Amino acid sequence: MAGDALTSSEYIKHHLTNLTFGQHPDGSWGIAHSASEAKEMGFWAIHLDTMFWSLLLGALFIYFFSKAAKSATQGVPSGLQNFVEWIVEFIDTSVRGSFSSRNALVAPLALTIFVWIFLQNLMDLVPVDVIPLISGMLGIHFMKVVPSTDPNATFGMAIGVFLLVLFYSIKIKGIGGFAGELTLQPFSSKNPIVNLIFIPINFVLEFVSLIAKPISLALRLFGNMYAGEMIFILIAIMYNAGLVLGLFGGVLQLGWAIFHILIITLQAFIFMTLTIVYLDMAHHEH
Amino acid sequence: MNINLTLIGQLLSFAVFVWFTMKYVWTPIMGALETRKKEIADGLAAAERGQHEQELAKERAKDVLHEAKAQAAEIVAQAQKRAAEIVDESKGTARTEGERILTAAQAEIEQEANRAREQLREKIGLLAVTGAEKILRKEIGADAHQDIVAALAEEI
Repeated sequence: MAGDALTSSEYIKHHLTNLTFGQHPDGSWGIAHSASEAKEMGFWAIHLDTMFWSLLLGALFIYFFSKAAKSATQGVPSGLQNFVEWIVEFIDTSVRGSFSSRNALVAPLALTIFVWIFLQNLMDLVPVDVIPLISGMLGIHFMKVVPSTDPNATFGMAIGVFLLVLFYSIKIKGIGGFAGELTLQPFSSKNPIVNLIFIPINFVLEFVSLIAKPISLALRLFGNMYAGEMIFILIAIMYNAGLVLGLFGGVLQLGWAIFHILIITLQAFIFMTLTIVYLDMAHHEH
Repeated sequence: MNINLTLIGQLLSFAVFVWFTMKYVWTPIMGALETRKKEIADGLAAAERGQHEQELAKERAKDVLHEAKAQAAEIVAQAQKRAAEIVDESKGTARTEGERILTAAQAEIEQEANRAREQLREKIGLLAVTGAEKILRKEIGADAHQDIVAALAEEI
């Protein structure tokens, strides 16, 4: 809960600040005590909360899935194995539907993206104050529990996907083919001199569309989750504004959380599907 | 919302998770799924084959049953025919035997009657001779009826 000492804007700001570990301007290493302090640390700082929660969720994911995989038998499946197989088959169907080449990496990649992002997004459904309250009792002042509301996390994954796209584009088409794809279309002419003029125009257009892939991936997920969390925070502020508004806020939070179940699943699915599509495009010559 | 080292950390952990998933999650699960799929397909095929075989066996059983029924009917018919034949045969035998016995009996009876008649005739002849002898001895002396005796003697 927002303490009495906090104004609404302080409360929101507090909720949007990561637990940052880095080098203070005076040269000592430590945890930032305020948002501005965290900003001053620059690039060489790390968000402990984002890392902790994403790693914890990722570890949970691979723990349960590898447990199911280890005991996977061709006999009648049960319990966890059933659930895991259901997800795996769902991913497999999606990959088969949108990815026409053969690549053993794509399906596990899609599975990791889907489940990991889903779990990260799922943290959004934990009431915004619960985990910060507990960590506050333990002496940790900043705690942002939804890793996908941290652009570092979404860009981390999007850049990973982008690197794979670049890798496979060059591997399948060769450097020349990839460069040609960037410069010789959409405009082309039979006259070589005109073609030469088209090259920079094409490059600008194609480069923008290439760069837009990871940026749109990362920002779509980040934007959706950030906005969703912001609404949860705003609803949480209502709890301090009296009984009637508090009850109203409770109803709103329930409604938004139920709606959010759709959003978190959808965002994970969109990220996964676009990853598959981008990789499929990287495998195809135009 | 600062872009910082977290980006690299997330990128690396993402790579590690993907690698782990690929190696320890996806491959074994897909393997199990493939094996199960194959097993189910095999099972279904076997079931179909079994059904087909059962149908064939049913057909065969029907045929065998039909054949057996036909055979049984044939045997019964043959037996009936044979029985009728035996009855007829024995009837015939009995009739001829009876007739034979009858004829033999008749012949014997006739023979016997003839013999009895013969004996009777002989006895009557003898009796008549004896009677005639007695009468002759009483009434007739040899001298009184000389002429008759002479006539008889002549006749002899």
